[in-house]
Amino acid sequence: MPRVRLLELAHARSGDKGNTANVGLIPYDEEHYQILLQEVTADRVKKHFRCLVKGPVERFELDNLHALNFLLHEALDGGGTVSLMTDAQGKVFSTALLRMEIEVPEEVAARVRGQGRVPRPEARSDR
Amino acid sequence: MVRIASGQGFWGDDLEAPVRQVRGGRIDYLMLDYLAEVTMSIMQKQRSRNPAAGYARDFAPLMERIFAACVERDIKVVTNAGGVNPAECARAVAEAGRRAGAGGRARIGVVVGDDLMDSLDELIASGHALEHMETGDPLATVRDRVRSANVYLGARPIVTALEGGAQVVVTGRSTDTALTYAAMVREFGWRWDAYDLLASGVVAGHINECGAQATGGNCSAEWWAIPELARVGFPIIEASPDGTFVVTKHDDTGGAVTLRTVKEQLLYEMGDPSTYITPDVTADFTTIRLSGSGRDRVRVHGIRGRAPTPFLKVSVAYSAGYKAVGTLVYAWPDAAEKARAAARILRERLDRLGLAFDRILVELVGWDSTHGHLAGDPPPDLPEVQLRVGVRSGDRGAVERFTREIAPLVLTGPPGVTGFAGGRPRVQEIVAYWPALIDRTVVEPRLAVDFVQV
Repeated sequence: MPRVRLLELAHARSGDKGNTANVGLIPYDEEHYQILLQEVTADRVKKHFRCLVKGPVERFELDNLHALNFLLHEALDGGGTVSLMTDAQGKVFSTALLRMEIEVPEEVAARVRGQGRVPRPEARSDR
Repeated sequence: MVRIASGQGFWGDDLEAPVRQVRGGRIDYLMLDYLAEVTMSIMQKQRSRNPAAGYARDFAPLMERIFAACVERDIKVVTNAGGVNPAECARAVAEAGRRAGAGGRARIGVVVGDDLMDSLDELIASGHALEHMETGDPLATVRDRVRSANVYLGARPIVTALEGGAQVVVTGRSTDTALTYAAMVREFGWRWDAYDLLASGVVAGHINECGAQATGGNCSAEWWAIPELARVGFPIIEASPDGTFVVTKHDDTGGAVTLRTVKEQLLYEMGDPSTYITPDVTADFTTIRLSGSGRDRVRVHGIRGRAPTPFLKVSVAYSAGYKAVGTLVYAWPDAAEKARAAARILRERLDRLGLAFDRILVELVGWDSTHGHLAGDPPPDLPEVQLRVGVRSGDRGAVERFTREIAPLVLTGPPGVTGFAGGRPRVQEIVAYWPALIDRTVVEPRLAVDFVQV
């Protein structure tokens, strides 16, 4: 099966609670929620972030919104005013998650390819 | 139907937004959220230097601009701008109101009693350990370094202030959501055990509390297609007595209210969505139903809630050492290699000086400072990169010395370096955040509402 970046399937927002970052992951198309449920497990997200997230990753499912919420524990170098990180408040962990690649059926890949990026003329000619 | 407008999502937000909310159409309430976890620490630092400081200073000048309109159109303003010093904040707002010609025509309600600083020892002695919610350590381990301790309050004292005829309600550490749902409780006469209704109010509050983050700001879903962010409309909740509400914004403003913008905000700073704990109710975000309801209108309904926990959250600020961050810019060719070499040299010099740091963090801004290893290896033709080195230590002297070791790298390290004209980095005291829980029966009797005449 072809691989696509989450960026092409979903949008995301992240924030912080102390030393924990959260990422909400929302598919552009509600039909793709099932794919995210199956492919974007807490385990795989932990592997994706590796040393960027020192603690465990938890996943919560919001079937009502067709969305997932991830808690990335010990991701912010102490968080808040303690952290030395540029992204001390975890604001762009969302985009880091969207780098992750997952396998999707051919027809889904064909539909979503190029989504999530500013439209560029060369991207259109690829299709 | 009651229209509750959001005017500010944090201290430092768009200063014109609340003015646009007042002038752009009908609203009944204007809520202004000025506080984040880090804000309380910052305000505490300011109060320690000046006993009359420690609140959001933007708020009084704002009220001077809108006070007259709020009185004339009976728009109630509810804000946590009081920070760690609500009484001084209210005094400044009363003066602003008089300057705006509202003298004798309004009163300000001030919520007090959230400050636990003076009774901390007594509380610890009587068995309230105030353990850190993430680490489990008792507060006693940092007691001598505690600078402030404030309880997160719900909507009850705000409702009391509104019932007492306050045109403006100033609180300290109220929860962000309470600033919105207090208006709903007051207007609709909701009971404090009507948990589904209160939970609806909490969800409305969560949507309002970050300002334009619900109306197209910071939205990652096709951000380039969101119109006219230069004059973005902040969210407005059109609340109904049955707990359902519509998220919208004023006509003829920028931004957008769509399922996507609202969903992103609902997930912002979310923990376990089934258990969103507030002082007044525990809301279940997995019960929220959304539907489009016309252009820039999203209807929200179906929300369930349950009884609140026996605890209130306490926000403690304590002194946790010192930090400083220094930067230099390296240009092509081999920008990343040069920056990394400079960092190695700097580390060796700090070692030779025998300086101890709890943490040294090296980031290359322009390469790996946001995505770490996910960015991969930098290409040899990277045009430029900013070396950013941060240090943290309990020893102020060590951090001070670090700040003097950045500029020397310009003449004593790798070439092609610039960007040092800002001078030496500043040493900052770290006032850190210690979240804890306390039995609500200890705190609730202390809460009171004072009124200040404008």
